Amino acid sequence: MSIQILMPALSPTMTEGKLAKWVKNEGDAVKPGQVIAEIETDKATMEVEAVDEGILGKILVPAGTEGVAVNTPIAVLLEDGESAGDVAAPKAAPKAEAKTEAAPAPSCNPQSAPQPAVAAPAPEKEWTGATASVTVREALRDAMAEEMRRDGEVFVMGEEVAEYQGAYKVTQGLLQEFGDKRVIDTPITEYGFAGIATGAAFAGLKPIVEFMTWNFAMQAIDHVINSAAKTLYMAGGQLGCPIVFRGPNGAASRVGAQHSQCFASWYAHCPGLIVMAPWSAADAKGLLKAAIRNPNPVVFLENEMMYGQTFDIPADPDFILPIGKAKIERAGTDVTITAFSRMVGVALQAADKLAEQGISAEVINLRTLRPLDTETIIQSVKKTNRLVSVEEGWHYSGIGSEMAAIMMEKCFDDLDAPVVRVYGADVPMPYAANLEKLALPQANDIIAAAKKVAYAA
Amino acid sequence: MNTSKAKLETVKAPSNIASPDEMLQYYKDMLLIRRFEEKAGQLYGMGLIGGFCHLYIGQEAVVVGVQSALKKGDTVITAYRDHGHMLATGMSANGVMAELTGRKGGYSKGKGGSMHMFSREKGFYGGHGIVGVTGPLGAGLAFAHKYRGDGGINCAYYGDGAANQGQIYEAYNMAALWKLPVLFIIENNKYGMGTSQTRHAAGELYKRGEAYGIPGEKINGMDVLVVRQAALKAVEYIRGGNGPMILEFSTYRYRGHSMSDPGKYRTKEEVEEMREHHDPIDTIRTVLTDTGKFTEDNFKQIEKEVKAVVNESAEFAQQSPEPDASELWTDVML
Ligand SMILES: Cc1ncc(C[n+]2csc(CCOP(=O)(O)OP(=O)(O)O)c2C)c(N)n1
Ligand SMILES: [Mg+2]
Repeated sequence: MSIQILMPALSPTMTEGKLAKWVKNEGDAVKPGQVIAEIETDKATMEVEAVDEGILGKILVPAGTEGVAVNTPIAVLLEDGESAGDVAAPKAAPKAEAKTEAAPAPSCNPQSAPQPAVAAPAPEKEWTGATASVTVREALRDAMAEEMRRDGEVFVMGEEVAEYQGAYKVTQGLLQEFGDKRVIDTPITEYGFAGIATGAAFAGLKPIVEFMTWNFAMQAIDHVINSAAKTLYMAGGQLGCPIVFRGPNGAASRVGAQHSQCFASWYAHCPGLIVMAPWSAADAKGLLKAAIRNPNPVVFLENEMMYGQTFDIPADPDFILPIGKAKIERAGTDVTITAFSRMVGVALQAADKLAEQGISAEVINLRTLRPLDTETIIQSVKKTNRLVSVEEGWHYSGIGSEMAAIMMEKCFDDLDAPVVRVYGADVPMPYAANLEKLALPQANDIIAAAKKVAYAA
Repeated sequence: MNTSKAKLETVKAPSNIASPDEMLQYYKDMLLIRRFEEKAGQLYGMGLIGGFCHLYIGQEAVVVGVQSALKKGDTVITAYRDHGHMLATGMSANGVMAELTGRKGGYSKGKGGSMHMFSREKGFYGGHGIVGVTGPLGAGLAFAHKYRGDGGINCAYYGDGAANQGQIYEAYNMAALWKLPVLFIIENNKYGMGTSQTRHAAGELYKRGEAYGIPGEKINGMDVLVVRQAALKAVEYIRGGNGPMILEFSTYRYRGHSMSDPGKYRTKEEVEEMREHHDPIDTIRTVLTDTGKFTEDNFKQIEKEVKAVVNESAEFAQQSPEPDASELWTDVML
């Protein structure tokens, strides 16, 4: 059987080209890999190589021809024992277009697109038993220790997590209990150890990677997103990445611009990640345990200012919180305030003050930023008809922007006022005490926003 | 083995490095990769494969030789020039080709493409598009071997261009510090896209582990038996609990960097010289012929068998339907 040689596409965008030159002539023997012709694509002059062995029987498109469509037969190759006379007139090349499915593709419009299958959050259990008073720092440590006792494949790595007991003492005591095989001090090499931990997670281990702060994780963001978050999809579901990246996020106190940034919207932007931002000790413990048990990559955004704060938390050894479930920290009827991480506390202070002025604010602690518990927010706004979104980070493409979009899409008819966003000043974080305070949302900013949406003077 | 050594191209492996039948198998494995890649190039030309497609033609001896030194349970990771590694680890030609055409029958159901395929079963962990990531990711797979004490090692492949990424050295440092069972394999095909090694790298790549105490060797990567010999030695060293090692294989890609590369940065003569006088498949074929055990008929038979596998994969890759539209939304999260 003779073989038709077709005009090849030699760039992702080429549809036609010029047959610049025949390197082989009719009657020449050709072998796989040998250059037979040169063509000019939309980008460059390229060589066409033979794929099969045979004799170049007939040249169908002479050198110099312009505008030869991709997949047009350009020559005929004869196999063993054939002669040029055997060659039938070329029939039009089969159109090499991939068959498309008959079913219409789902729209990219979020209103109608099915959301990627994320298990609906389990209803939150009522934890009615005894409570214990612990700091956020202890709660995080306890969560890791309990999960490490439960599962031998969970380990912790990061800078100063072992011997030094944690730069912020979050991993205190873990080395003593679990040894240096499972509590691993790394060199200062974020890109490298994030990659090593991700590779270990591909193999099925369950690393907890502590970033000394999330500011330094920008060196590792490639692994967090390109390697950890995307691999499951790129592998058609074959290869997951059960890993937790955690550490303090956002502004600490007087540490300047390079140490004071909130990365919530950066990570919340990316499919394939779960993003959590705990506020209380109960959040810290219950969410971190859930994060460690979850088979997906989790970005866990803590806040240094919260580490030393004490809260009562359920003493039940089985205590854990569902992923993707917000918590109404304070019920109210006049305005909904959403916040996460340290800003939940600031929002609660504001709500106290607002109550004194006769405005009843409902404060929602978002807890998980991806997947976001939109349902809880929507239900609240259906009741209050007003939303104030609070975040410590910059507003541009921020979490508040997402809140405003959700309100437009889901609560347009429920709103009695435009959404107001409270956020950090759109500047790198200043060092001076007065300026830093001005750069961060304060209770008064939230009060003013709530009054604005409530049309209260 | 604590100093870096360069092996010249004249070095030959001892004749007992592999049995004639094993050598015949390497010939077959390399030919499969060659013919598979040629077919992929053809399907690309027909518009059936899209985007980037990086062919491995010319470099076959590296992955086939290294793979011959591994055992079940070992893991492999590489970048985007990965079809050869997939076939060498035993992944099916059908599944790989159908992924290239973006079809349901592909290893990633058509969602990964040429650069992203995986097979836990075969110990193949991708298939990565970011230059340099295989250093730390491979060290991480090695970390898991060590953590579990399963006796396995990881082979982390990357190119000469990738060898300039900082994260490679972060991985060297931790792999040496923690004695991770990882074989860093530099496939030095002399170019990172259009930039030749002389323009992109100061010093020798295989020596770059010296400061970390990682031994490195430069090996002729165009001779599968020499590759095997080096890999056997390196694997033994690594399995002995000595930590990582670096093998830099001097090799060559005959085709452009990807399908759309006109290759103007090197001369035709340079490519011809490698093809005509250093081709890894011709080289092993000569050795096989010299054993007196194999005739032209044996080679013809193998060619036929390989062609059948490749043609079937091309057929499968065109017959397999595109993924269902609902697949857009699956496999984002577990
Ligand atoms: C981080 C990153 N930078 C740039 C690229 C674009 N790129 C893809 S391959 C390549 C050349 C790599 O050369 P080398 O490591 O020698 O591998 P080879 O292609 O020769 O196999 C470049 C620059 C990329 N994919 N990732
Ligand atoms: Mg290269």
